[in-house]
Amino acid sequence: MNRKSCGARLRGSCLSALLALLALGPLAAADGASGLDANGQLEDPALQARFERITQNLRCLVCQNESIADSNVELASDLRRQVREMLEAGKSDDAIFDFMTDRYGEFVRFNPPLEAKTALIWGAPFLVLVLGAGIIYRIVRRRSSMPLDDEPAPAPEQK
Amino acid sequence: MWKFLLPFVAFIALAVLFAFGLNPKRDIRALPSPLIGKAAPSFSLTNVLDPGGQVSNSAFKGQVYLVNVWGTWCEACRQEHEALLAIARQKVVPMIGLVYMDQRDNAKAWLDQLGNPYTAVAIDTDGRTVIDWGVYGAPETFLVDGQGRVIYKFISPMTPEVWQQEFLPRIAAARRAGA
Repeated sequence: MNRKSCGARLRGSCLSALLALLALGPLAAADGASGLDANGQLEDPALQARFERITQNLRCLVCQNESIADSNVELASDLRRQVREMLEAGKSDDAIFDFMTDRYGEFVRFNPPLEAKTALIWGAPFLVLVLGAGIIYRIVRRRSSMPLDDEPAPAPEQK
Repeated sequence: MWKFLLPFVAFIALAVLFAFGLNPKRDIRALPSPLIGKAAPSFSLTNVLDPGGQVSNSAFKGQVYLVNVWGTWCEACRQEHEALLAIARQKVVPMIGLVYMDQRDNAKAWLDQLGNPYTAVAIDTDGRTVIDWGVYGAPETFLVDGQGRVIYKFISPMTPEVWQQEFLPRIAAARRAGA
């Protein structure tokens, strides 16, 4: 489960979250919030879909490679409650993401917006692509200008 | 010529990258707080030492103060407790303890047993205040200036060295700016 991916600083909370989960079983998924159906889902399917999309795009800062949708630590469950309440209050997705980045910084988003300071993250794959294309172009051009005599003789066929 | 230099250049670039990236002193979990330079979120929470009362950080308005986030489940908080007691004895700034993911009785028993370095101790029972402060672990220590702005956040157990090197100069600067 999550325990292993949780850092030392919050090990206690991961453990207690795990124990709470074991003790409560399916009830734990509901996080004790209102406006939910029997499965712990928001009653409005459109809201539930947005809830899932948003929580999957927010990083749990305790277990840093998990989203708050996947994490069982208490902080993630508090943040899920926060997202749910803001959705029920009619807040937009942007307002919810802004709320989180105002408090936790850009790092909380798995999908940071394209801005001057995130340009390198988004641009790096294309830079590498251009670099690779440049290298291939140089190699191909050099080889195509080589006299044929310079090519190594084909290896003698083995029987 | 560059063909022979390239591996060396690549090696040096990697060495510099690793020296930074694999530095054991760098805490990869410590994130910069977006709160720095902004107004400290206000809170009014149950007082751990007096269940009928409240602790509000607005009571410390105009002063430079600390907010130390902890919980009895947090081993690193036990580790820093001695340093906090020593800091409290210096009486430089008031320190608010902010307990979360915890029970009031546990927190009170902890303070009875280990000593109380805090000017006031608040407990965030529903976890909303710590979200406002961008807390994601414990211990975390915030420094708030006389204008009510968060000026520094330290993530990790407090030590006398950190207090000396990171906090005291900032406290002195905040007081000079506020005077």
